[in-house]
Formats: sequence, structure tokens, C-alpha cells
Amino acid sequence: MADTLQFDLVSPERRLASVTAREVQIPASDGDMTALPDHAPTITTLRPGLLRVVHGGGSDEYVVSGGFAEIGATAVTVLAEQALPRAEVTQALLDAMLADARARGGAADATAKAVADITALGEQVGLTART
Amino acid sequence: MPNLKDLKNRINSVKSTRKITKAMQMVAAAKLRRAQEAAEQARPYAERFNAVMAGLAQSTRDSPTAPRLLAGTGSDQTHLLVVMTAERGLCGGFNSSIAKLTRSHAEKLRREGKTVKILTVGKKGREALKRDWSASFVGHVDLGAVKRIGYANAQEIAQDVLSRFDAGDFDVATIFFSRFQSVISQVPTAQQVIPASFEEDAAPSTLYDYEPSEEAILTDLLPRGVATQMFSALLENAASEQGARMSAMDNATRNAGDMIDRLTIVYNRSRQAKITSELIEIISGAEAL
Repeated sequence: MADTLQFDLVSPERRLASVTAREVQIPASDGDMTALPDHAPTITTLRPGLLRVVHGGGSDEYVVSGGFAEIGATAVTVLAEQALPRAEVTQALLDAMLADARARGGAADATAKAVADITALGEQVGLTART
Repeated sequence: MPNLKDLKNRINSVKSTRKITKAMQMVAAAKLRRAQEAAEQARPYAERFNAVMAGLAQSTRDSPTAPRLLAGTGSDQTHLLVVMTAERGLCGGFNSSIAKLTRSHAEKLRREGKTVKILTVGKKGREALKRDWSASFVGHVDLGAVKRIGYANAQEIAQDVLSRFDAGDFDVATIFFSRFQSVISQVPTAQQVIPASFEEDAAPSTLYDYEPSEEAILTDLLPRGVATQMFSALLENAASEQGARMSAMDNATRNAGDMIDRLTIVYNRSRQAKITSELIEIISGAEAL
């Protein structure tokens, strides 16, 4: 059994990461999931959240929102509409994401869920989502 | 024969034109490289996205509850044509070839008795289509202030198109843009985005588990798919525009060079003629004494 998998993180504008990882923690829309090698092939949508990649040299964290993850036995590909290394996330960006989620409209509970997701994400990265 | 002073002025004016076209060509070459890089960086996303969507679409297409963005509205009476062109001219046949394709497409639809609506992206396409189709214009997106096309620009256009679709303004949307093949060849292309169409063979062969359900994912992803397709089209278009401008300006520079050569020959010849006739005057004057 292989003990690593190929991880790719791509946003519409560029490829953010392409590494050999041991595990990938994905903020899926129905709850967090961790993909290890030999995972059953799965496609899941993402919620705004923190994605964590554990590889030989430690771990990397990215803030992702919108899009989906494609999980296979040997590879995980995350296509996120918005993706940034955790360190590049600022208060202004978080505020923009919140404003965007509110402006998008749609069903009331979908908006509430998006807002709650982003607020939780803010807490995870040490920022407070202003209301 | 024009006098020497005029010829000299003419040569100087062509020389400065050549300087300008040369500069434009070099600017276009630099911009082309950047545009190509951007298009290349965006490719992995678009490719994976389309592959997954194709797989999903195949399994849901025949379901009665398939999302409208995939299955269509059940009619194809009203067509929305999204015409993407440049904000600037001086790029050879780039804008006009997109406009030409749009025009022939729109005329065909009109002959079939369909309603045509046109949304223009970029000033030049709007100008080219204004004469015959201004009654069909439903909107315009100005990208004049945008230096580097980002996903956000595509998202905005997609948002606009999707809200029109939700309001029932049209049944079928097609985007018109130029596909970049090489510096000397850009192919004007029409691509249907609503209802979504995918190449059948792009679907992955693996069987996936879907979480949440296939249809929920599809409903979430289809609007993003529209934005993704618009984004790739915009990037292709940006690269094509710079490519077309570069080769147009290269031609112009070469033409200016030829023209300078021709004018210089005429200039030298008439200068020589003038000297000769002056000499004859002097000699015959001396002989007469």
C-alpha cells in the first residue's frame, strides 16, 4: 500500500500547490473529512474553511472557499474558487468574504450557513468576523 | 513630380509611423507573453473542472429533476449571444472576425424565427454590431479599466448572465471569442454555455462517490462552470488580441519600411534630376557667352 498521495490545489487563476502528501484535511460541505492514501474515489463540494495538508516536511494550511475536491486512491485534487495560503488571509479579506456571502442572497439558511462557516473560519485563523 | 521638401516631409512622417508601430509590436509581444502565461496557469483548473462536470452531467442528464442550467428550459426560442472582443483596435482582423461570426450566427437564428439578444463584452464588438443589431443589445460589460483579467471579472459577467437566465430572459446562451492557436492564427469560436454542453469523452472513467448527492453538487457547480468557461474564454481572447496586434503591427512596420525605401529612391532620383538640370543650365549658359 502506498503511504503517500499526490495533492494538487488549483484556483482558476493559478496552481497553488502540488506536493506529495500523507494526508489532506478537507472542509467539505457536509463536514470535515480527511483523505488518506487508498481512499475510495469521492467527489465533494467545499464550504469556506481551512484545508490542511500533512506531508513529509510538516504541514501547510490554506483557506479555501467554493469549488470541490476530487479524492482518489493515489491523488487528491482540490479545485477552489478562492484559495490562499493561511498566512495571506487578512481581516479585510475575511470581511470581503462575509459581505460577498451576504450579498449573494439565495435561501436564507444557505446564507446563514455560509456566514457561520466564514465566522468559524475566522476564529480558526485568529481573526474575528465583524457583523 | 513632387518637390524635394514634400518628399522629405513624407519620408519623415512614415519613419515616425514606423517607430510607433514598432513600439506597439514590442508592447504587444510583452503583453502576449503575460497573457499566454495567464492562460496556461488557468488551464489545469478548467480541464479538471470540465472533466468532473462531464462525468456528473452524463449521469444526471436524463433525470427529470436535472438542473435547468444543464437540461435547458425545454425551449430554444430566445438566444443570448455573449460577444467578447477587445477594448482597443489596431489588432488586425481580431475584432472584425469575431463580429463576423456573431453576425452570421445571429442572422441564421433570425431566419429560423428565433429571438436574438446580444450582450457585448468589450467596446469594439459593440461598435461593429451597432449598425445592424443595436435593437438586440441587452447589455454591455466594459473591461476598459481592467489591466489584468481576473476570475472576478468572469464571475461578474457570469452573474449577470445567470440572473438573466433565472429571470427567464433567454433559453440558450452562446459565447463568442477567439481561440488562441498561435501568433498568426486565432480562430473565432462560438461555444454554448447554457444549457451546459460537455464533450462526452472528457468524462473520467472512475466511479465516484458523491457527497452530498450528485444533483446537489451539480446545482452548486453549474453556475461556477459558467464562470469558469467565461474566464477561459476571456483569457484566450486576451492572448488572441495581443497575438493579432503583434502580427498586425509587424506587418505595418514592414510596410512602412518598404514605403520608406520607395520614397527614398524617388527622393534621390528627383534630387539627381534637379542637379543635372542645374548643371545643364550652367553649361549652356557658359557656351552662350
